[in-house]
Amino acid sequence: MAWRLKLVPDDTRIDFLKYQRYTFGFSAFLVVASVLILFINGLNFGIDFRGGTTIRTEASQPVDVGAYRQALTPLDLGDVAVTEVFDPGFRADQNVAQIRIQAQDDTEAMSPALINEALLALQEHDPSLRFAQVESVGPKVSGELVWTAVLAVMASLAAMSIYIWLRFEWQYAIGAFVSLAHDVIVTLGVFSLFQIRFDLTTIAALLTILGYSINDTVVVFDRLRENLIKFKSRTLYDLINLSVNETLSRTVMTSGTTLLALIALLVLGGDVIRGFVFAITFGIFIGTYSSIYVAKNFVYWIGINRDTPKLSEGGEKKKTRSGETPFSEMP
Amino acid sequence: MFQIPTWRRFVIIGLCVLGIVLSMPNLFYERVEQHNDALQASERAGMVTQEQADAISRWPSFLPSGLVNLGLDLRGGAHLLAEVQVADVYRARMNALWPELRDALALERETLGGVRRVSAPQDELHVEIENPDQMARALEIARRKTTPIVSLTGMNQDDLAFTVDGNTLIVRLTDAEKRLIADRTIQQSLEIVRRRVDEVGTREPTIMRQGSDRILIQVPGIGSADELKALIGTTAQLTFHQVVGRGTDPNVAPGLGNIVLPSIDETGIYYTLDEVPVVTGEELTDARPGFDRMGAPAVDFRFNPSGARKFGAYTTANQGQLFAIVLDNEVISAPQIREPITTGSGSISGAMNAEQSNRLAVLLRAGALPAEMEFLEERTVGPELGQDSIDAGMLAGSVGFVLVVAFMILCYGLFGLFASIALSLNMAMLFGILSLIGATLTLPGIAGIVLTIGMAVDANVLVYERIREELRTSKGVVRAIERGYENAMSAIVDANVTTLIIAAILFMLGSGPVKGFAVTLAIGLITSVFTALMVTRLMIVFWFERTRPKTLEV
Repeated sequence: MAWRLKLVPDDTRIDFLKYQRYTFGFSAFLVVASVLILFINGLNFGIDFRGGTTIRTEASQPVDVGAYRQALTPLDLGDVAVTEVFDPGFRADQNVAQIRIQAQDDTEAMSPALINEALLALQEHDPSLRFAQVESVGPKVSGELVWTAVLAVMASLAAMSIYIWLRFEWQYAIGAFVSLAHDVIVTLGVFSLFQIRFDLTTIAALLTILGYSINDTVVVFDRLRENLIKFKSRTLYDLINLSVNETLSRTVMTSGTTLLALIALLVLGGDVIRGFVFAITFGIFIGTYSSIYVAKNFVYWIGINRDTPKLSEGGEKKKTRSGETPFSEMP
Repeated sequence: MFQIPTWRRFVIIGLCVLGIVLSMPNLFYERVEQHNDALQASERAGMVTQEQADAISRWPSFLPSGLVNLGLDLRGGAHLLAEVQVADVYRARMNALWPELRDALALERETLGGVRRVSAPQDELHVEIENPDQMARALEIARRKTTPIVSLTGMNQDDLAFTVDGNTLIVRLTDAEKRLIADRTIQQSLEIVRRRVDEVGTREPTIMRQGSDRILIQVPGIGSADELKALIGTTAQLTFHQVVGRGTDPNVAPGLGNIVLPSIDETGIYYTLDEVPVVTGEELTDARPGFDRMGAPAVDFRFNPSGARKFGAYTTANQGQLFAIVLDNEVISAPQIREPITTGSGSISGAMNAEQSNRLAVLLRAGALPAEMEFLEERTVGPELGQDSIDAGMLAGSVGFVLVVAFMILCYGLFGLFASIALSLNMAMLFGILSLIGATLTLPGIAGIVLTIGMAVDANVLVYERIREELRTSKGVVRAIERGYENAMSAIVDANVTTLIIAAILFMLGSGPVKGFAVTLAIGLITSVFTALMVTRLMIVFWFERTRPKTLEV
């Protein structure tokens, strides 16, 4: 017997639905808390959505946030935020700061002349300082980007649900939709709570989370659909538990490999994409949780009309390519 | 599943080899890039220098030389999103129509009475007619100025529409004409921007239209967005105007149809000019740096025949008057017309040094942008930051890869090793396809690849877990493997199709970096399904045919 690392024992019989009141309560609490936090704290929008300018500076001398701010004050730029950036990957003489300046006028990006003035003002304080990255987005574009982003998330939610509805049944689609919405809201809540910068790449991360979460959900649903045909006499309660247990090992394995890769990226991938990677990493947890505790609970509560698919009656003996069972009629 | 036909085996192996070969140039990125650059440069020049020959010979030409493009955030460079102010062109069009219409209406002064232009929105022309009862006649005359639009969609449509409001004749551009003007303006702007950027000869600039009136400009390797803007030049609109007045008050009431513009070298002096230019820079055929009679730098220019004719007629009629040369809404100089200029050539002199005169000549020669551009978004990334990102991404990717491989082998033993080999092939194929289609790799794209490393084994995990289950109900090795693949299939398909949908939405949403992420994610999915299903299966079959194990542990 060769030794194998097993994160999940072979034959688990965990009753995932037993504590459904609590898990549902927990999920509901997370969603409500997230909405509240969003309401109170708001999101720390990056310039993609708010307009304005961010400048990444690099210097050989240590960053002095106060001095930077003071150097910029005479320029009368309005709201200026200076933060120091840390990363284990930086060289010893690499001192990085991020300067954020509010949008300057109605439509345009920040004028190059102004950016030059800012550079000169900062270089007076520290001659070694240079701008590694300058990004400026006018309010006109940022307003549109907000809409594109909202639309993209909505479209993804809708597209996922419709796909699940077509491939499975409407009950599954509702379960999937609720769990995806749960993922989005809770992730937004975390971004709001810790005031992590929220920009266009965060939206990309959010959609990736949706992709991952639905991936997990689909695997459980697929097994449930198969088991529903295989064991006609067992209750839905049993079969849901059975399906989650059977796929548990896979769920943990895939989350594990994905997290391994992501944590490597989170630690070593540099600070520029850290927010992006953090969002996805967090999303893996929340997505895995929601496909086990949210999606299928809804399927259980709604119930499934079980006496329709006649084609695959052979059960155990015949090949049950469950992907090819016909869509059952809508009740 | 154990009977994989020989031809199919060859196809699978062939695709893997193809992926490796296509991705290989990326391992020698700098060398191949120099090879490609030298090849391109020598082709363009029609000759090969020694240096180029060396660079070309360093990469064998029979090998593929496609590379993954590095996005601006990895290579460094500048990104600009500009909005072309199409409304300017509408106004210019109306301004040009006015003298024509005025002259035509003036011919029937007895019946119509006097006509005058009154203020109106930018894209309309409002003309007051003294005898409103003759409006029908005025309309008839004005209608002669229309021309039908010839286009695929706007058949039988005129370019101008007329309405009457009391004693005012309102001329406006039809929607079809506006669309046409907008299209033409954007095309022209694109062309001019491209020409100007190309003159500096940087590597693969991206200049493309976005939406109805925007232009996206991405130039790798350029120092800052500022530099790029200076290169494009906001307008360099050269126009020649009649001078109505000259004074020191910037807020003087200019009167209808006139504008007040500052002088560039006489501080505090403002000129009142006729808004409608006599000649515009569009009618220039040549401009070159030179010197005026005093030996100061100047730009000599030459008009095309129609420009020369207009210029000649105007200078003949207005001898002794002042005449303003305007560049980008500033009066460069306002000389007196001493004698008619009928040769069609002239010279601009004024406050400029030799370098400025040279740049002005370049801008004039390249052609003026037809409309002003407003910059909505600017991003500059320094090359060092890009290199740091590449290094960090590669390190993270390698570590992630090793971790995943170790984990898979710990969990699934030999089958885990198969999955790991498939994962390496997956990476090769991913890079191969990215190089083949010339996709652009961005920083989020690298994150997408690392994410793919983690998720690519999912299909294998699904299959292996299934095989384990089937083994538990003990149906024999072959049967278990067979059923493992079969039964995992529908979950794999559903899981990947949903993620593909997400990638498609991301692609549609995305600007540069996000788009790059979507592309790598989508291609990574497709290659991972191929390697995880086809390639591992083939490996298992090869292994099985050799060893014929009686029992199996996954």
